[in-house]
Amino acid sequence: MRFNLNGADVEVGAHPMSRLLDVLREECNLTGTKEGCGEGECGACTVLIDGEPVCSCLVPVSQVEGAEIISIEGLGGDHPLQKLFMNEVGAQCGICTPGMIMAALTLPDEPTLDDIKTALAGNLCRCTGYSAIYRAVLKWKNGETA
Amino acid sequence: MTAVGKSVARKDGIGKATGGAKYADDLVFPEMLHGRTIRSTIPRGRIKSIRYDFDTRGFTIVDYRDVPAKNAVDLMSQDQPFLAENEVKHMAEPIVLLAHADKDTLNAAKVVIEYEEQEPLFDPEESTLSFRNVEIIKGDTDEALRTADVIVEGVYRTGHQEHVYIEPNGVIAVPEEGGVAIYGSVQCPFYVIKALRCLLGSAHPNVRVIQTETGGGFGGKEEYPSMISGHAVLLALKSRKPVKIIYDRTEDMVATTKRHPSIVRHRTGVTREGKLVAMDVDVILDGGAYVTLSPTVLSRGCIHAAGPYSCDNVHIRGRAMFTNTPPNGAFRGFGAPQTEFAVEVHMDRIAERLGMDPVELRRRNALKPGDRTATGQTLRDDTSAHMVLEEAVKRTDYARKRKEWKGTNKSIGLSLFYHGAGFTGAGERTLKSRARLDLTPTGVRIAVGSTEIGQGTRTMHAQIVTDALGIPYETVEVAQPDTSRVADSGPTVASRTCMVVGKILEECAHEMKEKLGGLSPADYYAKHGAISVERMYEPPDWIQWDDQKYLGDAYATYGWGCDVAELELDPDTYEVKPIKLTAVQEFGRPIHPALARGQIEGGTAQGLGYALLEKVVMKNGAMANGQLTNYVIPTTLDMPELDVVMMENPYPGGPFGAKGLGELPMDGPAPAVVSALRGLGLDVREIPATPELLATTPSI
Repeated sequence: MRFNLNGADVEVGAHPMSRLLDVLREECNLTGTKEGCGEGECGACTVLIDGEPVCSCLVPVSQVEGAEIISIEGLGGDHPLQKLFMNEVGAQCGICTPGMIMAALTLPDEPTLDDIKTALAGNLCRCTGYSAIYRAVLKWKNGETA
Repeated sequence: MTAVGKSVARKDGIGKATGGAKYADDLVFPEMLHGRTIRSTIPRGRIKSIRYDFDTRGFTIVDYRDVPAKNAVDLMSQDQPFLAENEVKHMAEPIVLLAHADKDTLNAAKVVIEYEEQEPLFDPEESTLSFRNVEIIKGDTDEALRTADVIVEGVYRTGHQEHVYIEPNGVIAVPEEGGVAIYGSVQCPFYVIKALRCLLGSAHPNVRVIQTETGGGFGGKEEYPSMISGHAVLLALKSRKPVKIIYDRTEDMVATTKRHPSIVRHRTGVTREGKLVAMDVDVILDGGAYVTLSPTVLSRGCIHAAGPYSCDNVHIRGRAMFTNTPPNGAFRGFGAPQTEFAVEVHMDRIAERLGMDPVELRRRNALKPGDRTATGQTLRDDTSAHMVLEEAVKRTDYARKRKEWKGTNKSIGLSLFYHGAGFTGAGERTLKSRARLDLTPTGVRIAVGSTEIGQGTRTMHAQIVTDALGIPYETVEVAQPDTSRVADSGPTVASRTCMVVGKILEECAHEMKEKLGGLSPADYYAKHGAISVERMYEPPDWIQWDDQKYLGDAYATYGWGCDVAELELDPDTYEVKPIKLTAVQEFGRPIHPALARGQIEGGTAQGLGYALLEKVVMKNGAMANGQLTNYVIPTTLDMPELDVVMMENPYPGGPFGAKGLGELPMDGPAPAVVSALRGLGLDVREIPATPELLATTPSI
């Protein structure tokens, strides 16, 4: 199975029905993508597949043949949204944060609060009550940096 | 440049936002096996036989006979086995452990257990076994009830609540020279040590626990990690290999602890003018099948059961009952959300009966400095019930909205609440928790067992040390808890990590400053080498507590809150849409305002879930909706606008005036929401207030 992961072509030998989540974590050794529920409810395992946010726990790796996948590691460590998540305390325990950031990346420019809520509705956070996440995302979209 | 009171850069670094932070499941050790727990499938009975219906080659199999010393999780009691021996007392009770290098092979293994089933007990009111009884007596309630103008009675119920930390429970046990190490998602590393010492005995003295980055706890990783750590250690000792056990979501929800369901009965006497003259309260908690922490949950629940009100005659009785259900345990608020829900709904009902505004009833009874609580504690100047109430009423324009929205589907309601910070009574004195500061070549390092589980422990402790020592914040490091290297600062629970452990660190910093004699840490280190300062907590000397009579200073201080819920009810579907929640809370002084705000916003969200959404459906003694598809916690679309107001009233015994904060926000949302629902004419006395419940709720 071949796909493009964070800008580089990769080939994996996993069973075609292996979950993309497991392939990323165990075969590609990228553990930034987290498992919270394994049933597509919590969004902690969100990655971008051809630009769309998807729960990687629900995707058999055979479905991403030839696709472009971006995981949290694809952002490096300098993305302004990453820093804003820490500074605005949009990340508390941090386990939902990678998935939350990946989902937020798909927002249009100048989003309303409702746009943000809708874009993040599939990502559960149990620590923040989401308000600090909105603050981080709004600052990022306003071009502010941490 | 000071650090306290400012939202300085967090000590967590960027790892949580890059995926670089390592949680338990992110760690891999050479030759590591995966562990799996085989659990009971009946709620009560005797084990007749266990059959391994798979090729056992390559497997490590452990049952109770592999326990080196004592088959008991050493917590408050030693009644709960790590692995069931002959009898099971609840569904999903651990019986056998398996380990294998390949996860798929492991999960395919079939273990057949035959039981002799017995009649289970699920109703705590029918149970005759109480894990603990609590009784608090102030004045003469029976006599005062006889003289009261009006008597109001009621029964209030709350359900289970599941923690839903987004990272399920998980640990790895790694054999190492002379012992074993546990890497895991834990709130209280030294609780795990205590449990493992009991399990392993003197044959394996060298155990240590290293906390990995922890994806939420909320009390759910207070006591349960002792169980899962014991399981991983048993498999690791038998296989002589590292063993990782990570629960999937369903196992975590079905098998691990939850908030205790409660039934609280009130009988209250008031004057026509709305002065409380007698409060008779009966509290029943469903403890589940083993003791765990139920006695202390009950204790805190009972102490908070009369609410933040002054009354000369109070009688509170409480029981934590055995049932054949998975044991309930610690969850943010620890008994107080249940009993404060009951008393607040009851206060609204008293106001309705008297034809009085609920705010006015609270004004006439809310605790003030100098008042005595149910346990006879005389409150000090850091008592803020009236301050938070008045601020909340003014800020939300409560009176106008309540009047204008009458007859519409919109409503506004409020709750007044308080939460004792730190261990109850003499608890902190008995605990003797310790903290240490080590000098480093560039500054100091904090060495405590208190864990960062999202709430900001590292950062807030570093701020306190920074200012107490007068050195740059950047030169203060925080050690990752490893029980072989840090001081036992007690468990990360009870809203004590800032107020109590922060206080010891402040004192360590003062002593360190004296030792440095005017030199900077770096200069002192270069000249004299490393030094450390370790100190033990000394609670305020005025605290007096009689644990037999439940009399005295239950807590050194309390946080105070008033929540105002504004919501709309769909008259056809009975769906409740919260519009806005205003949380006015006083907790001494915020050390890090952004982190403190995060505690209030997050706790409020959990409280709203508790109020409206989170229903654990129990069938035959087990959670039937053990998945996030149908156990629903608030999403972005469920959350209303949150307006947080942080008020200050410093506690002289806390670091820089800080009190405990973590649990306070959990107490208020449910009664505020139900208060608003009552404003719509619905006689709600139970949560969660799901559409199904509201559709069958009688009118007031």
